[in-house]
Amino acid sequence: MQGRVLHISSSPHLVKGISTSDIMRNVVYALIPTAAFAIYLFGLNAFFILATAVISCVLTEFLLCRITKKDSTIGDWSAVITGLLFGLTLPPTIPLWMVFIGGFLAIAIGKFAFGGLGYNVFNPALVGRALLQAAFPVAMTTWMPGKAIDRFTHISTSVLAAPFMSPIVDGTTAATPLSAFKFDGIIASGTDLALGLVSGSTGETSALIIILGGIYLTFRKMMNWRIPIAILTTVYALSGILYLANPEVYPSPIFMLFSGGLMLGAVFMATDMVASPLTPLGVVVYGILIGVLVVVIRIWGGLPEGVMYAILLANAVSPHIDKAFQPRVYGTIKNKKNG
Amino acid sequence: MFSNLFKSNTFRHGIHPPEHKEETAKLAIKQFPFATEIVLPIVQHIGTPSQIIVSEGQEVQRGQLLATANGYVSVPLHSPVSGTVKKIKPVHTISGKMVPGIHIKPFPSSGQQAIKGDYLDVETASTYEILKAIQNAGIVGLGGAAFPTHVKLKVPEGKECKVLMLNGIECEPFLTTDHRVMLEQAEDIFMGIRFLMKATGAKEVIIGIEGNKQDAADYLSSKIPKGLPVSVKVVPVKYPQGSEKMLITSILGVEVPSGGLPIDVGAVVVNVATAAEIGRLLPYGKGIQERVVTITGPGVKNKGNYLIPIGTPLRFVLDTVGIDGKLSDVFMGGPMMGVSVSNLDISIVKGTSGIVVFTEKQTKKEEKVLPCIKCGACVDACPIFLNPSKLGIMAKFKAYDEMAENQNLMDCFECGSCTYVCPSNIPLVQYFGLSKSIVRKRNAQRKAS
Repeated sequence: MQGRVLHISSSPHLVKGISTSDIMRNVVYALIPTAAFAIYLFGLNAFFILATAVISCVLTEFLLCRITKKDSTIGDWSAVITGLLFGLTLPPTIPLWMVFIGGFLAIAIGKFAFGGLGYNVFNPALVGRALLQAAFPVAMTTWMPGKAIDRFTHISTSVLAAPFMSPIVDGTTAATPLSAFKFDGIIASGTDLALGLVSGSTGETSALIIILGGIYLTFRKMMNWRIPIAILTTVYALSGILYLANPEVYPSPIFMLFSGGLMLGAVFMATDMVASPLTPLGVVVYGILIGVLVVVIRIWGGLPEGVMYAILLANAVSPHIDKAFQPRVYGTIKNKKNG
Repeated sequence: MFSNLFKSNTFRHGIHPPEHKEETAKLAIKQFPFATEIVLPIVQHIGTPSQIIVSEGQEVQRGQLLATANGYVSVPLHSPVSGTVKKIKPVHTISGKMVPGIHIKPFPSSGQQAIKGDYLDVETASTYEILKAIQNAGIVGLGGAAFPTHVKLKVPEGKECKVLMLNGIECEPFLTTDHRVMLEQAEDIFMGIRFLMKATGAKEVIIGIEGNKQDAADYLSSKIPKGLPVSVKVVPVKYPQGSEKMLITSILGVEVPSGGLPIDVGAVVVNVATAAEIGRLLPYGKGIQERVVTITGPGVKNKGNYLIPIGTPLRFVLDTVGIDGKLSDVFMGGPMMGVSVSNLDISIVKGTSGIVVFTEKQTKKEEKVLPCIKCGACVDACPIFLNPSKLGIMAKFKAYDEMAENQNLMDCFECGSCTYVCPSNIPLVQYFGLSKSIVRKRNAQRKAS
């Protein structure tokens, strides 16, 4: 045995073997059905928007790593998630050049400005979306109906608009169920909402498919299911109380749950690990906070939808939530008598 | 029946590493051959090193005292062989420190009969006599901690030991030492329990065993002597249940206060192998000379549970069992809390519960440490509810004092569950071990000045 070189490591000498990129890759898997449904519903428009968003994010990540002389981090799949999520929150008529700028901003400002993976305060995809919303309010709120007959052969002219030109929306536009409710008082059918056969951002419409992705990640233990459950329960309970108080004015809690970006936000956006709390009680408080903000913005705010701002606001305070709701450490309170 | 659904019989959090116990669990304890040289470092326990009383060239008999206890928190050292003291010179220990060591060359043709000391009768012995006898036998915690057992058993003034708990959990993957001891040394264990009950004043004894050793639990239950207030409790398999605090929570349903000891909740915990050793040695006034060690891991040809003389060189052990493939990692203890061996010229000591050998295939790859993505896996794993993610970040900023004051760093007992689950390969428990020693040093300096 002379001359053998022993390998030294600090304990534990066994590891579970699930890496950060494994988690990220599985989030991408969980998003595939939602992306596929977006393409089914909005055709080529959705395909090009999602592709542009992903390419823009990955390219930005790659270039910024180069420029800042960091090891390339595109292998960890996190930029792909940001790209996909960002693309899924965009209206299906948005010009691709805006998508590209948004993807760049999501990674550059949402992620790199804070120090890269693990240091972002906000969900980068939502940062990109919020910046676009501020810069291009019209393009960000122009919607088209789902399942257009020519969706697999025709790309909307607005999508292909030249950079920095005002997009012209051809064909029919449509109101999302939330704006139809907000501005016209129309309530969409529950089944259409759940199945996602309505107008909206490319990937936000089908609640059931999104939930499926969430169940997959929960099953793989790669998502904190307490966050979406806390958000959805809060939205349901709060809007339920309002609805019971005055069903004429307030929408039903089912409508609240299945409309707009709530499901996509609750399952895939609010659960961004870096930007959400990690203490057992903290995640619940965070979810409740998002739920309350969503209801408040949707019902009393000027905007039809509030999921994005609700999550961004909760992201901002999540370190404080963790601090305020630190778990009790073992052995630090008086023992209760064993029953 | 339904009340059982709500009554937890395990601690919260923890992890489930692969067990790897099936390879050796069924193999009966075998006597290991004597090495051509036995090397005994005088530091094999936590506390003051033993004091050597033999000299070079002296002939010693198996069981003869080689070094005496130096103070209260110290134990003596007995010769595991009959032979000649060849030399007394510094030897390597697992920590990397050099300490004085006694080198003994065994007589080749000796029958290796051990000498006996004073007979101690459990019925008539006093608490003091038993504690003294445990110290004289050189007994330390055989689970791996190697803390002098007589110190641990001494119930402080004003406290009461209501229950004596025997720790047969053995939650470390790969190790089956305690498992075999429970299956093969039941009589010694129960004799040990008699001594331990007298030493602590406990009126009740619970033997805690994990569900993967049901055979041992059934066997011990069937062997409980009439009139001895012993019960066996089986708990679900989970790491780190073998930690005293976790075991107490799993079985008694209470938490040991932060910074406190099991006696603060009326319990004293002793490892089953330690109890068996007490039961075997005390009646004959013998000192500890050998111990059961699981030699296992994918790199070992003849895996097994061996009764190995204390002081047997590791190199001799590995040569004897045979290595399969290219030797890469050797761990003393289990793979979760055990220590990487850097040098095969160290000895099996009293605290060595297992030797786990990996070849290149199993070696933990040196993965790049990535930023914490705050996935919370460590928070869900930590058995004492710390926030390892936050502590890890604080350690990077060298905020050691703050870690201790605001984040209960000192409660961490370094089980490594956080590091085991971390997807970003952050060596959290290594940070915490370092941070703890820095805090201890600073506190000592503050006290001094």
